[in-house]
Amino acid sequence: MLRLPRFKYLRPKTAREAARMAADLGPRAMFVAGGTDLFPKLKRRQFDIETLIALDFLPRDIRNGSIDCVVGAGVTLAAASRDEHLTQSFAGYAEAAGLVSSPPLRNAGTVGGNLCVDTRCNYYDMTYEWRKAAGFCMKKDGDICLVAPSSPRCWAVSSSDTAPMAIALDCVVSLTGPDGERELPVSALYRDDGIEYMAKQPSEVVTSLKLSAHRDTRTAYAKVRRRGSIDFPIAGAAVAIQLDGDRVVRCRIVLSAVASHPLEATAAEAFLKGKRVEADAIRETADIAAKPAKPLDNADLSHFWRKRMVRIVVEQALLEATTKTPGSKVKLLGQPQE
Amino acid sequence: MTPNGKFGVIGKPLPKVDAVAKVTGRAIYADDMLLPRTLHCRILRSPHPHARILSIDTSAARRIPGVQAVITGADLPIKFGILPVTQDERALEHEKVRYVGDPIAAVAAIDEEIAAAACDAIGVEYEVLDAVMSIDEALVAPKDEPIQDYGGPHNIHKLVALEFGDVESGFTRADHIREDVFFFQGSTHLPMEQHSATATYMDGRITLWSSTQVVHYVHRALSKVLELPMNRIRVIGAAHGGGFGGKTDPFAHEMIVCKLAMMTGRPVKCTLTREEVFYAHRGRHPVLMWVRTGVTRDGLITAMHFRTALDGGAYGSYGVASTFYTGALQTVTYDIPAYRFEGCRVFTNKPPCGPKRGHGTPQPRFALELHLEKIALDLGIDPVDLKQRNFVKAHTRTVNWLRVTSCGLDECTERVMTASGYRNREKRPGHGMGFAISSYLSGAGTAIYWNDMPHSEVQIKVDRGGVTAFCGAMDIGQGSDSVLATIVAEELGLQPADVRLVTADTDTTPIDLGSYSSRVTFMAGNAAIEAGRKMRGMLIEAVAAKMKCDAAAIEVGSGRIGDFSFEEASVLAEGRFGTLTTAGSYTPPKIAGPYKGSGVGPSPAYSYTACVVGLDADARTGLVRVNKIWIAHDVGRAINPLLVEGQVEGSVYMGLGEALMEEQAFRKGLHKWPSMLEYKSPTFLDMPEVETFIVETVDPEGPYGAKEAGQGPLLPVPPAVCSAVYDALGVWIDEVPVTPEKIVEALRRKQKGEPARFGPARFPTIPYPPTIKVEPPPKDLDRAAAASI
Repeated sequence: MLRLPRFKYLRPKTAREAARMAADLGPRAMFVAGGTDLFPKLKRRQFDIETLIALDFLPRDIRNGSIDCVVGAGVTLAAASRDEHLTQSFAGYAEAAGLVSSPPLRNAGTVGGNLCVDTRCNYYDMTYEWRKAAGFCMKKDGDICLVAPSSPRCWAVSSSDTAPMAIALDCVVSLTGPDGERELPVSALYRDDGIEYMAKQPSEVVTSLKLSAHRDTRTAYAKVRRRGSIDFPIAGAAVAIQLDGDRVVRCRIVLSAVASHPLEATAAEAFLKGKRVEADAIRETADIAAKPAKPLDNADLSHFWRKRMVRIVVEQALLEATTKTPGSKVKLLGQPQE
Repeated sequence: MTPNGKFGVIGKPLPKVDAVAKVTGRAIYADDMLLPRTLHCRILRSPHPHARILSIDTSAARRIPGVQAVITGADLPIKFGILPVTQDERALEHEKVRYVGDPIAAVAAIDEEIAAAACDAIGVEYEVLDAVMSIDEALVAPKDEPIQDYGGPHNIHKLVALEFGDVESGFTRADHIREDVFFFQGSTHLPMEQHSATATYMDGRITLWSSTQVVHYVHRALSKVLELPMNRIRVIGAAHGGGFGGKTDPFAHEMIVCKLAMMTGRPVKCTLTREEVFYAHRGRHPVLMWVRTGVTRDGLITAMHFRTALDGGAYGSYGVASTFYTGALQTVTYDIPAYRFEGCRVFTNKPPCGPKRGHGTPQPRFALELHLEKIALDLGIDPVDLKQRNFVKAHTRTVNWLRVTSCGLDECTERVMTASGYRNREKRPGHGMGFAISSYLSGAGTAIYWNDMPHSEVQIKVDRGGVTAFCGAMDIGQGSDSVLATIVAEELGLQPADVRLVTADTDTTPIDLGSYSSRVTFMAGNAAIEAGRKMRGMLIEAVAAKMKCDAAAIEVGSGRIGDFSFEEASVLAEGRFGTLTTAGSYTPPKIAGPYKGSGVGPSPAYSYTACVVGLDADARTGLVRVNKIWIAHDVGRAINPLLVEGQVEGSVYMGLGEALMEEQAFRKGLHKWPSMLEYKSPTFLDMPEVETFIVETVDPEGPYGAKEAGQGPLLPVPPAVCSAVYDALGVWIDEVPVTPEKIVEALRRKQKGEPARFGPARFPTIPYPPTIKVEPPPKDLDRAAAASI
């Protein structure tokens, strides 16, 4: 069977201590929270590490303010998906957390971990032996991209379900580094690169996620995956929309699994702003939103079909966010049977 | 059975005899075996789909501390293979590799990490050869050299051409002739349990514990490869975590751990990684099919011509049998008066294909069912009516000499028609229903290797300590142990839990050929009845003597024999007869037709299934959601209805996986996704409600009338899904898996006025040999045979 490599396991008591350890140890150390993505990857030798720094000290509470909600980075995805305040005020976020992987993995996986989850590619998420046979890629041990061999960059796909929603909600993360703390909008947490996909310092620990939204903001997350459970998204749309009557005051649309970072559909947002929420407007918004999505042949199903599905998920998320009882909702692949 | 004809335990939904051990984690699976001083084995596998091995340097690996032995093909040079005609595999290849994953060297070390590091340190020099990755590529002259050194031309492994009856005049008689091409993608078994084996070598004897379906065939192969007599080898089937046909071959890792145990004098264990299980494979052959059928105006079949091309992967495995199976069972559901079959299996540089649940028959079943639906549409006849008009009748011989005994096709069809409301279904876009039927063997009528011995043997021992039944059969989760215990209990008037079982151990149990071709209930079951009735006779005789009454007056049941408890009766019988042992065996009837290749297809009885699939399909996205499946299965007699339902639902599940998502796909010579995350197989949430109907036709030769249940119910699911998609959206998806992108593409073609289908465009030109013409059997063949007995 596949075995974990040998590693040293450190258990700091505070985020500052953890960050200092990470800064001292450098790239041969990694943080581990739920470990649901990390451990299989270690078995497949996708990371060369000597040390794991446990983040089990991270807060596991959800603190509700009048509009704000601060979610400890150690809160499990299962807890986040069930939390009363989150499901009422930030339904899209709870929904996204509840659509990550499978129940056992949501019981272990954390809010912070899902924000930092590694980018994916079906040339990369393979065992050492498979990657050696295929020829190593630039994300691990090699120097070319096997999806786009003439490209100078890595095209691994951002596959977090909760990050697009956090961006749509203008969420802010608290980061603790070796020398201090800072806050960063989630929208500034990512880079458009399959390898260096995070903009934070590697030694910085995500300690909490602050959600805040106008009372009238409605949110929804739509996800496509092959099966009703387990799978990462192959297309997803997070929508946060503020209405004045049936007119759109503000709108954020962020796509998952179509680029190396959560992709904000800014042109579509601008298009919908000020418009009435009507079927035609929604359809057109979805068309515009899908344009910048460039799925490649490195995830499940064909990239042509995934591109087509981007329109559908945006439309569905918009419909779900703007209508209490979604009537024309398409049953998406990978959503549980009713 | 009690004298009043009522069963004691047969037909009761009793829990499996091994259920508690399995659900509480106390069953000892192969990977649970950990003997003192065990060494761990890892296998170095080829990174190239096709290459000559120029040199192997194991010196660096041997120097790693903790490494105890390193072996290569030179240490295990003797070839093996499940079929006598295709002995083409080596445990380790030292001359040439034929797929990514082909084993090259193996290491035994004090732990698995060291063994893996040692594998990585082995240097292999290759001369890379051109890889053949498709049926089309295999049919043309190879750029470098053929994959195997037998077969041909080019990379063709096996060609078959048979004609039964006068096909040409059948087509002449037809009012309508239709041709179609279909493709069935390959898939793997995906058992929960990876293959695992542990071997010890002591006092000149090898003992192997393995996760296998066929201890006897592993025993034979080990004897050949290790050059040890069979009496020096013991093979024990560990508690089993799923096979589905994937553990029906002898495997390289089984030979390797034995060899390493012999070399080191220590136990050696190897558990394959999930990725290696994808390489061990032996799964569903991808099959391209062409079918041409003539029918009368009323839809009665006048002739059929069926061609198949199987993508076999790199080795023979069961491939010759698989090839014949793609042409054999068309005739056991539909009365085809003239039938021509041409089959071809090619070698490609992929993991070898072999038997997966339904072995070689789900593919042609898929093509046949959809082809008949299309013919019905051409003629304006309801497809269910058309199929029913052509159903075979019970107790007949097919044109290719297959003997049909009991047949519940009509009843199965009526059950699912009524329950699903198919005939009165609401016609609305996006919603569809599809219907299909199938049949499968209750055990292959011939053994893998030719011999005159029984196919299954059971011994029963009774003493003061109770009842023990011995049989070589391997319970792979299907419940064969429970069936054996139930049958012995029935004959002796006990409960299944009263019967101790010793199974699948070549030292202590009489031979059973193993768990494949749905043979265990039928064959081991009949052997168990024979042994049980002999034992029952002895017990009755002893009790009758004691009671001074006629043996016929003694009742057996509820743990009593006449006036005595079972234990008292066994004491009486042992006093009278000495040691109480009986044996029973089963040999299938010799019913194969008089032609070469007739050994594939005959079975003592065929199961029958009918199925309706109800689904929603979305035109915009191509997404399909199966809402409900109604399935009726003619199992002859349900020895345990709970187990039958389990087998039917499991078959539906596996059939849906193949219909909608599973794909053994390759990219750049490599398996595209050898992991349980990326190789998509349905989860609980993707499984619709299944309503199962058990139909009992009481087969004249089955144990208490029983037939198979574990494979046949898979077969109708993929074609019924495709028919339902057509019903919903008006497009034919003539291949599986039916992915949303294929539906979207078919709808696009329909919109453009092109044929509203997605599927293979053509069937390749294949150099089939001259067709062997076989006279159909005389009409009264079996009646004459029955009269002569």
